Amino acid sequence: MAYKFDFGAIVPHWELLVDGMILTAELTVIGAVVGVGLGIMGAWARASRAPVISQIVGVYVELIRNTPFLVQLFFIFFGLPALGVKLTEFQAAVLAMIVNLGAYSTEIIRAGILAIPQGQIEAAQSLAMNRVQIFRYVVLLPALKKIWPALSSQIVIVMLGSSVCSQIAAEELTFGANYIQAINFRAFEVYFVVTGLYLVMSILLRMGLKVLGNYLFERRRHV
Amino acid sequence: MSEFSLWDIVYNLLLAGRWTVLLSLTAFVLGGIVGLLLLMVRTAGNPWVVRFVRGYVELFQGTPLLMQLFIVFFGLPLIGLDVSPWVAATFGLTLFTSAFLTEIWRGCVESVGKGQWEASASLGMNFTQQMRYIVLPQALRIAIPPTVGFSVQVVKGTAVASIIGFVELTKAGTMITNATYAPFTVYGCVAVMYFLICYPLSLFARHLEGKFRNVAR
Repeated sequence: MAYKFDFGAIVPHWELLVDGMILTAELTVIGAVVGVGLGIMGAWARASRAPVISQIVGVYVELIRNTPFLVQLFFIFFGLPALGVKLTEFQAAVLAMIVNLGAYSTEIIRAGILAIPQGQIEAAQSLAMNRVQIFRYVVLLPALKKIWPALSSQIVIVMLGSSVCSQIAAEELTFGANYIQAINFRAFEVYFVVTGLYLVMSILLRMGLKVLGNYLFERRRHV
Repeated sequence: MSEFSLWDIVYNLLLAGRWTVLLSLTAFVLGGIVGLLLLMVRTAGNPWVVRFVRGYVELFQGTPLLMQLFIVFFGLPLIGLDVSPWVAATFGLTLFTSAFLTEIWRGCVESVGKGQWEASASLGMNFTQQMRYIVLPQALRIAIPPTVGFSVQVVKGTAVASIIGFVELTKAGTMITNATYAPFTVYGCVAVMYFLICYPLSLFARHLEGKFRNVAR
C-alpha cells in the first residue's frame, strides 16, 4: 500500500470546520423552528373543515415528500430567480429546509392530531373553550407530545440533509470539507473526520431534542 | 447556440431518468439482501454481533448520505479499487439502504410475539426453521408497507449521487441547465419526474398500510 494517511493535514484548517459546523447548526435551528411552525399550521389546515385549504396543503405535502431535497434546493436557488426572487445561498438553503421540514412535520403532526380522541375535544367545548384554546391546549400539546420522537428524527434527517447545501455554495460543514480537500488533496481524511463531526452533531441534536421534549411536555402536565 | 425545445429537455431528462431508476433498483435489491443478512445475524443474538449491527445502523442513520458516498468514492481507491461514480454510488447507497431496512425489519420481527418463538422451540425447531416457517412469514406482512415506503427514500437518495458525478436525473438537469440557461423549466421538469416515480410508490405504500390494518382487525 503506497498511500499514507495524513490526518494532520486537516489541523491547519480547523477553523473552516468550526465555521461550517456553526453554519450547519444555524441552518438547522432556523429550519427546525420555522419548519415545525409551518408544520403546525399545515396540520391545522389539514384538520380544518375547509376542504380547499386542506387540499392545497395536501398537494404541497405530497410534492415535497416525493421529490429529492437536492432538487428542491436547486429549484429554489437556480429556478426562482427566473421569477424575480433572488436569494443568497444562505437564504435559499434555509428556505429549502423550512419548506422541506414543513411538509414532513405537517404529516407527522397531523397523525398526532388524528390520534386525539373526539371526546377530549367535546369535553373542551363543553367547558366553553374557544377554537383556538381547544387547538392549543387540548389538541396540539398532547399531539406534539405523542409524535415528538418521530418529529425529532425528522429534524435530525433534515440536519443531515443540509450537507447537500454545499452544492449551492452555502458555507456549511460539507462546504468546509470540500474547500479543505481542494487545498490539501486529502479527500478521504477530510471526509472521514467530517463524517465523524456529523455523527457527533446528530447525537447531540437528538439528545437536545429529548431534553427539550421533556421540558415542553412533562412540566406542562402539572400546570 | 443550439436551441433546446421543451421536448428536447424532457427527452434528455427521460434518458437520464433511466439511470435513476436503475440505481434505485440496484441499491434497493442489494441493500435488501445485505439488510436481511444483518437482520438474521442480529436476531441470532450473539451480543457482539448485536452491538456491531446497532453501531452500523447508528453510523448510517447518523451521518449524511453525501458523506457516505464521498467516503466510498474517495476511500475505495485508497485500498486499490479504482471505482467509477456508478460503482461508488451503488456501493454507498446499498450500505445506506441496508442499514435502514435492517432497522425497519428488526421492528417487524420483534413485533412477532415471544410465545411464537417459544412454541416453535418447544416443537424442536432450530433457529433457521423458526425464522423460515414461523417468524418471517408473520413479520413479512407487517414489513411490506414500510419497506415500500422506504423505497421512496432510496429513489430520492439517488439524487445525491449526482454530486459524486454520476449522471442521473439531477445531474442531467444541471447539465441541461448549463446549456439552456432555463433553470426554472429544467428543475421543474426534474422535480416532476421524481414525483412521477415516487408518488405511485407512496400511494402503494399507503394502500398496503390500509389493507394491512383491515386484516389486523
